[in-house]
Amino acid sequence: MPVLCSSCADKRAVLKRPKTGHSLCKECFFWAFEEEVHQTIVAAQLFKHGETVGIAASGGKDSTVLAHVMKVLNERYNYGLELMLLSVDEGITGYRDDSLETVKRNQQQYELPLKIVSYEELYGWTMDAIVKQVGLKNNCTFCGVFRRQALDRGAIMLKVDKICTGHNADDVAETVLMNVLRGDIARLRRCTAISTTSEGDGVVPRCKPLKYAYEKEIVLYAYFKKLDYFSTECIYSPNAYRGHARTFLKDLESVRPSSIMDVIHSGENLSVREGVKMPVQGTCSRCGYISSQALCKSCVLLEGLNRGLPKLGIGKHHRLHDKILSQQPLTEKEERKLKSVDF
Amino acid sequence: MCQVDEDFQGQLEHTEVPSISKKCVKCKEKTAVVVIRAGDTYCRDCFREYFIHKFRAMLGKNRIIFPGEKVLLAVSGGPSSCSMLSQVQEGLSQNAHKKLRFIPGIVYIDEGAAAGRSVDDRKTAMAQMQTLFEATGFPFHLVPLEQVLDLSPSVLVMAPSPSEQPGSAYKAAVDQFIQSKGHWPPRPQDQDQDQDLDQASLPDIQESHTQLLQQLMSSTKTQTAREELLSMLRQHLLVHTARTKGYSKLMLGDCCSRLAVKLLSSIALGRGAQLAQDTGFSDSRYGDIITVRPMRDYSSKEIVFYNHMFKVPSIFIPGLDTMTADKSSIQRLTESFVTKLQADFPSTVSTIYRTSEKLQTAWKGSCAADVCDTCLLCLCALDTTVENASAFQATLISEQLSQTKPPETSSAINPNLNPVQSNPGSALATTTGQCCSGEGECGKKGGGCCSSPRVPETTDMRSLLCYSCRQTVKDMSSVDHLPAYILLEAQRRNRRSQMREQISEFILDEGV
Repeated sequence: MPVLCSSCADKRAVLKRPKTGHSLCKECFFWAFEEEVHQTIVAAQLFKHGETVGIAASGGKDSTVLAHVMKVLNERYNYGLELMLLSVDEGITGYRDDSLETVKRNQQQYELPLKIVSYEELYGWTMDAIVKQVGLKNNCTFCGVFRRQALDRGAIMLKVDKICTGHNADDVAETVLMNVLRGDIARLRRCTAISTTSEGDGVVPRCKPLKYAYEKEIVLYAYFKKLDYFSTECIYSPNAYRGHARTFLKDLESVRPSSIMDVIHSGENLSVREGVKMPVQGTCSRCGYISSQALCKSCVLLEGLNRGLPKLGIGKHHRLHDKILSQQPLTEKEERKLKSVDF
Repeated sequence: MCQVDEDFQGQLEHTEVPSISKKCVKCKEKTAVVVIRAGDTYCRDCFREYFIHKFRAMLGKNRIIFPGEKVLLAVSGGPSSCSMLSQVQEGLSQNAHKKLRFIPGIVYIDEGAAAGRSVDDRKTAMAQMQTLFEATGFPFHLVPLEQVLDLSPSVLVMAPSPSEQPGSAYKAAVDQFIQSKGHWPPRPQDQDQDQDLDQASLPDIQESHTQLLQQLMSSTKTQTAREELLSMLRQHLLVHTARTKGYSKLMLGDCCSRLAVKLLSSIALGRGAQLAQDTGFSDSRYGDIITVRPMRDYSSKEIVFYNHMFKVPSIFIPGLDTMTADKSSIQRLTESFVTKLQADFPSTVSTIYRTSEKLQTAWKGSCAADVCDTCLLCLCALDTTVENASAFQATLISEQLSQTKPPETSSAINPNLNPVQSNPGSALATTTGQCCSGEGECGKKGGGCCSSPRVPETTDMRSLLCYSCRQTVKDMSSVDHLPAYILLEAQRRNRRSQMREQISEFILDEGV
């Protein structure tokens, strides 16, 4: 006895939604998924008519689906947006060069302009070279920090008004859990926001239209729509701390499927006690990018890499910022601490 | 900012393997017998001093317990609560430095019905607990969980707190308290009042009540919901016992490790808004009874060491979650996750614990008992206002969209729907043909109640519950198995809110 779609009660159901457990047919699922993203965009007022929006595309499932859905909704509901693709090449052989091919394919399929920025041209270092210096433990820090700046620089080059990224519900929930495990109260407050609110010259606001879409549903959507994407994990990711949060979240989801939304709901409703010290946003004295310290993180990391002191930037070294700014040499003891790398 | 790095400010040049032949780090004289954290080795006496001092400091720093006040200690028999009991004994003993000055009582709640234990097992456990409590000399109460079925609905209503007590006016508050009720040293007749029947013999348990409880547990489909429900019933019973026996404070024995697990599992359950009350030092959601957690600074390792070294008696009683698989419930899963992570990253528990210290509840303590903005089951502030672009709103939208038919052709969709101008509220209403509450439950919201009082109403509780309690109730096959007091209170609140709806345009002051 075939199960009927719970939406139209007409066609046979071909999938079960991970989010609600309802059985739906293909068309109803597509419609529900797209409509939810549309409602998210409308309720959070993410875009204004006539804006230029850069879609951060990595070639993975989230950004492929994001590009597709944004295009569909832009036409269907007449958002009036001008869409562009923006991609970042971190220089990871065997991973990033393959996924970039996917992005180029997307560009042709959706007929959207594409810009690729690379770490090599922006910072002079590829991720492969960084990992050789830093080791396998803290490299995700470098990649993440550099990528954020790279996206902003690329956005300015493209002259877009906003960036949208493909972060999905699982990503946001993982971030909430990770910030609790790390005790990062400042990030805990900000991480559930759907769009960033920082202001500054070098900063383009960014938003997450797929914030409430489950990762499994994104895969279902891509599968049934026959969208092509690159699906390998970054080769350096197994040692990341985030992996723990991710396994935990996957287990939670298997016990209770609504946990992902529950975690996001908890994160949104957290309130921090008054009197807890919060970082204040300022600008970096060297490059002018936004920063809560004297030097922005990427300047500190770059300095460390260039000087052969890979641990500079991992851990707290505020006292050393002034030294770096004034070009003073570091003492023997400090150098020794910063050099030690264990693989 | 990120806490993990703070712990390693001064980098350890080389970690020394802690060995027993080292000296105590405090007195530097005697040989160390216990290692608490890497690098912290203590001798026997210094450890004892450290342990006792922590307890006093916790109570003293927070200044919440007044001299002469009656405090109820909730003891489950486990190491943490028995340790708390022994600390209280220690603090009240004659030769203690700066004695504690409150009047303790003990309560033990027997959850055997919910955990599915046999009557004989329960009787043995109760007898063991009785012997343990008699040795302390404090008044004690052995309460079976079945008594929860006899509670009155008033336990779910926040009682007015005795008076607003600002921290700075502690001394004034203490004086006022002593004048009004408390006496120190306690008069003999005050203490004898509690030597009532339930100490002379073990309370007898009604078979029918046990069966009702078991039915309630089995009608709940998931282990997660069962554990949540059990902890709520236990809380209600504790508060009820405290109120009826005249106690004004309730002490729980949650230790640091437990609280870290509770924090993470609360986040996973959707209780982010109530985190500060669930895991903070003091919890004033009941109004008149304040719940206090003096053991929250102790890791479970410290407690077990202390109990072992100083022979603190404790009894292990199997509960609902004993011997369950890792993935059977969210709480159990979180516990195994945190324990495993702690093995690899020793600062995990303390980091999570410190996060909990930085949170606060968004809700102000004083709230008129009538305007019930509190959850029916957990008595915390409701966090279900549907704000724009919130996870809650997204869930509601998903529910609807999965059940309504998409428009047939593109012409049905208004091509001029400008994203900036459209109102999400109206979008919700137009996409569904259902009732305006948009919650998918039509017709049961007491609309039939006013006109036909004879029709037994299926109690609609969803609007009365906070987000996570809604998830719990969703896992129950039927709310009718809940104890009578919950159903009665739910119906009462529903009736009041209908009344309010009818006259809402005439009410001027929202706070009344």
